[in-house]
Amino acid sequence: MKSDQQKPVQLGDIAFARSGDKGSSANVAVFAREPEHYPILVEKLTEARVAEFFKTLGPGRVTRYEVPNLLALNFVIDGVLDGGGSRSLRVDSQGKALGQAILELEL
Amino acid sequence: MKKQIKIGNAQAFWGDQPGAAARLVETCPDLDFLTLDYLAEVSLSIMAIQRERDPDAGYARDFLEVVRSLLPVWNAGGTVKVITNAGGLNPPGCAREIRAILDEAGLANRNVGVVTGDDVLELLRSGEPSSFKNTETAEPFDSIRDRLRTANAYIGATPVAEALRAGADIVVTGRVADPSLTVGAAIAAFDWQTDDWDRIAAATVAGHLIECGTQMTGGCSTDWMDVPGQADLGFPIIEMEADGSFVATKAESTGGRVSLQTVKEQLLYEIGDPGRYLSPDATVSFLGLDLEELGKDRIKITGARGGPPPVTYKVSATWHDGFRAEGMLVIVGNNAVAKARRAGEVLIERIERKGFVPDRTAMEVIGSGDVTGGAMGRRTDLVECVLRVAVFSTDRAVADAFAKEVAPLVTSGPQGVTGYTSGRPKVRPVFGYWPCLIDRENVKPRMEIVS
Repeated sequence: MKSDQQKPVQLGDIAFARSGDKGSSANVAVFAREPEHYPILVEKLTEARVAEFFKTLGPGRVTRYEVPNLLALNFVIDGVLDGGGSRSLRVDSQGKALGQAILELEL
Repeated sequence: MKKQIKIGNAQAFWGDQPGAAARLVETCPDLDFLTLDYLAEVSLSIMAIQRERDPDAGYARDFLEVVRSLLPVWNAGGTVKVITNAGGLNPPGCAREIRAILDEAGLANRNVGVVTGDDVLELLRSGEPSSFKNTETAEPFDSIRDRLRTANAYIGATPVAEALRAGADIVVTGRVADPSLTVGAAIAAFDWQTDDWDRIAAATVAGHLIECGTQMTGGCSTDWMDVPGQADLGFPIIEMEADGSFVATKAESTGGRVSLQTVKEQLLYEIGDPGRYLSPDATVSFLGLDLEELGKDRIKITGARGGPPPVTYKVSATWHDGFRAEGMLVIVGNNAVAKARRAGEVLIERIERKGFVPDRTAMEVIGSGDVTGGAMGRRTDLVECVLRVAVFSTDRAVADAFAKEVAPLVTSGPQGVTGYTSGRPKVRPVFGYWPCLIDRENVKPRMEIVS
């Protein structure tokens, strides 16, 4: 067990991820590296937790899909891209960075 | 009939590596089909601007270079067939140019097929006011009807397969759905029925896997730093059997990696509900997919399940929204982040004092955590950062005023502003994306061989 002094376990320690855009929504897929880690993802990585993590980007509804055969959770995050495509004024208008970012989430 | 076909992809988007097609054929000489994807959600609006300047334009001209790069292959008797949506808004125009290039190279015996019928702009313009509401936002179509620029239905694999069966060596399409380029190849090669749902589903999964090129072979991977040969990532190859099972791989002599991880990463790229992936060819479930590592860079994929596609086609429409410009400056110094934020505020203040008020602005101090909205934490202790400011207005004059105001910050802003080397920001039109649905019966995909 880790002591309080140790760095909390980050999602990136047990998972890899990829993100992309779907109009003004983004999807973020998170994959457990090992089968024994998948239940941890299912338990800890809830829709509410993901919405909270990206809250400053203004997400709307977050929908989680379980994909156990790939040891994956797929999150569709509505409205998180400030309009998406060429309308979004942000540098990451297509949500490419979200998959990298979520790996920093502390479990 | 072939027992197995090899399908590759050498173009993930308009602007991807132009030499990839020739490189893929060189490293995989027995490739049967080469797919190239040029169309993203707003690509067609860019092509619309090009076509306004020149009625013969409106397609991805880059593809003509790809054709030229493959002439030696065909001249040497190569049989690789090329399938691409490079036709954009003007597949016949693109096909005519290809025909001319082939004729000039003494390849009059090679056939060019062209697929049309995806352009539904007139149907939308003349449609019922209640139709075509935005499927993402539920906004009514009338809010953008007057500003509509392009409207194209994502059509499926059938006309692609018909073109191949009619003897096409190159098939040029407009807005055919990305995976359907692969599905069309499989239908033609294996003589599948278009309602053989599980096989169509398998080919759809295969097409989805390769449509983004090197994103299946280690590109964009969480573990990219450990991927071998990153300077020469192989483009993806599918070895498909007649039963729909397939192996995802790459040419042996190329860099990159095809592993359970890289395949999984790409399987869920830009996916909504993995139990109901909607394509014009089938509704596909990824939930029964089984991945097996057969050996180095070889992943076998089975278990795709399919059902009938939706009764509607998805339409990708674009509308003219306004104008934007964005500027970036490097700020150096112990107080870099604070200086950058103040400089960004000053930039906006300066144009507003002149009466140019943007409808929307965005300021990001790159390096401080702004790119992901602080989700990864925020830094204020940087010794250097990049200030990025972007504005949007329906009035072009506002974006123009902004573009002229960025460089003067070098002499009027804080000490340590540098890096203004790329010139004045370019003012660009902004196109909104308008996803909507159209009844299949109103859309008539068709194919012809160009003479």
